[in-house]
Amino acid sequence: MTATAGPVAPSRPGGSGAPAAALGALVAKQFSFWYGEKQALYGIDLEMRSRSITALIGPSGCGKSTFLRSINRMHDLLPGTRHEGQILLDEADIYRSELDPTSLRRRVGMVFQRWNCFPKSIYDNVAYGPSINASLPRHEMDWIVESSLRRAALWDEVKDRLRQSALGLSGGQQQRLCIARTLANDPEVLLLDEPASALDPIATQKIEELLYELKRELTVVIVTHNLQQAARASDYTAFFYMGRLIEAGPTERMFTAPREERTNSYITGRFG
Amino acid sequence: MTHAAVPSERAGSPLDRPVLPSGAEPARGARRLGVRIQGAVIGDRVYSTAITLFALCVPVLMILIALEIFIAGWPALRQFGFSFLTSSAWDPVNGAFGAAPAIYGTLVSSAIALAISTPLAIGVAIFLSEFAPQWLRQPVAFLVDLLAAVPSVVYGLWGIFVLIPILRTAVMPFLRDTLHLGVLPFFSGPAYGPSMLAAGLILSVMVLPYISSVSREVLLAVPRSQREAALALGATKWETIWGAVLPYAKSGIIGGVILGLGRALGETMAVTMLIGNRPQISASLFAPGYTMASLIANEFSEASGDLHLSALMAVGFVLFVITLIVNAVARWLVWQVSRGSAGKSA
Repeated sequence: MTATAGPVAPSRPGGSGAPAAALGALVAKQFSFWYGEKQALYGIDLEMRSRSITALIGPSGCGKSTFLRSINRMHDLLPGTRHEGQILLDEADIYRSELDPTSLRRRVGMVFQRWNCFPKSIYDNVAYGPSINASLPRHEMDWIVESSLRRAALWDEVKDRLRQSALGLSGGQQQRLCIARTLANDPEVLLLDEPASALDPIATQKIEELLYELKRELTVVIVTHNLQQAARASDYTAFFYMGRLIEAGPTERMFTAPREERTNSYITGRFG
Repeated sequence: MTHAAVPSERAGSPLDRPVLPSGAEPARGARRLGVRIQGAVIGDRVYSTAITLFALCVPVLMILIALEIFIAGWPALRQFGFSFLTSSAWDPVNGAFGAAPAIYGTLVSSAIALAISTPLAIGVAIFLSEFAPQWLRQPVAFLVDLLAAVPSVVYGLWGIFVLIPILRTAVMPFLRDTLHLGVLPFFSGPAYGPSMLAAGLILSVMVLPYISSVSREVLLAVPRSQREAALALGATKWETIWGAVLPYAKSGIIGGVILGLGRALGETMAVTMLIGNRPQISASLFAPGYTMASLIANEFSEASGDLHLSALMAVGFVLFVITLIVNAVARWLVWQVSRGSAGKSA
């Protein structure tokens, strides 16, 4: 994707800013997952590098969303699910027993297919994550809200109506608000589950530009049905089929010279 | 069937007609179309008129009832004027009628009922919709709903033989003496048994199933995406419920409370059996009181004279109006809350 005159992300806050060593590298090792008796993922081995965008593609029901949700343990509350293998975040297993899933989810933020802003003001939506974490003084919270909205390229559109309901925004704005809300937790990893599938092309483009900016600081993993989007916006692509990882690699190679026949069939539109 | 067929016929016609070659065909089609549309229009008219009449029946009935009660109560209202609402003297023998104690009793007993049952019912609803294991949900929900099916006279009996003895011998002395709450006017005075407190308690049990089952439905209807949003931001289960689920369900839950309030205001039998039926205004919840509904129920059959009867009718009218006002205020509140949560929440 060509870097157009995209939103200008402000520099990270001093102090808590990103250190030189890139954080948020994810590695799945022989990760399998079951919903009750039904196995959804079979021994996934996948590296998702920091400061890059990894796209997970594949036909419906191939396990890509299941895998994405495993990365911040969203399955924990579903009864009857279990897993084998590991997912390492900065070389530590996210399923290790002493790790509190809520603190993991602060580090690994997630944005969903259907924007799910709370029926609160724009300000309160962004402030939600930090406010359940700690009671911050007013000016600090103001600062977090502003910088998160700026990073999500939404500040200029909403700065005059922070106290108005989030539900009055357009779909694309609400989705970017959801991203801002996630960024307010200052995560290392941003997971997105088909974030643009319900948006029009212009709003989609804005989201993609935003991701392009955000990958400078974050590990971005995006599930998408839209192959053009994967080809445009990602650095690495992983192709899932029937709960297995068929092939993964740099996006350009995946789309020009796939090694697996099934990958080739899928990206050329012969099935899926 | 006819109704369903017509729109497609209509929608198809502008496209079809120009394409057809000239001849007898379009004429026949148009005629057939004309007949169908005319028939449908008449059908539509009949249908909508009938439906409108049905819908109008309800408000008309309500207005008629209000008017009827008002006319019957007018002699008393005219004689006592505004003091009918403010005077505490209810003395049929001497022909003095003031409804203030009954109005006070109705409002206070309902307020006690809501104060007790609202948190309880919301707690039950949260437990049943969020925490209870799957096998427990249906049985418990069923049992709670069953509370609404118990006849009110049975509640009254239970109140007289079980609740009031406990209140008189244990709860009231405990509140007044052991906790030294007797210094407050609400918990002072002798513990008779039949009292505002007893009526409020029994009402809270009767109102609970209404609030809890509405709240449960509303909580279950909160979209999964709202829960996921909070969870994905690092909220615990409780923080998710408190910060995302309850605010989303807020206006629905208030709706349930209003339903309960309407029930509490109008409840007659159980309250009549427990409240002591004394037309007095006392700050103490241990003292007997009266409600409008129990006043009417008690005295109607032996009303002595036209003025007495008219006064009871006037009480009925006041109850009607108060219920209407309380409901209107509550509805306004729901509207404010739902607008507030979608609007200027801080």
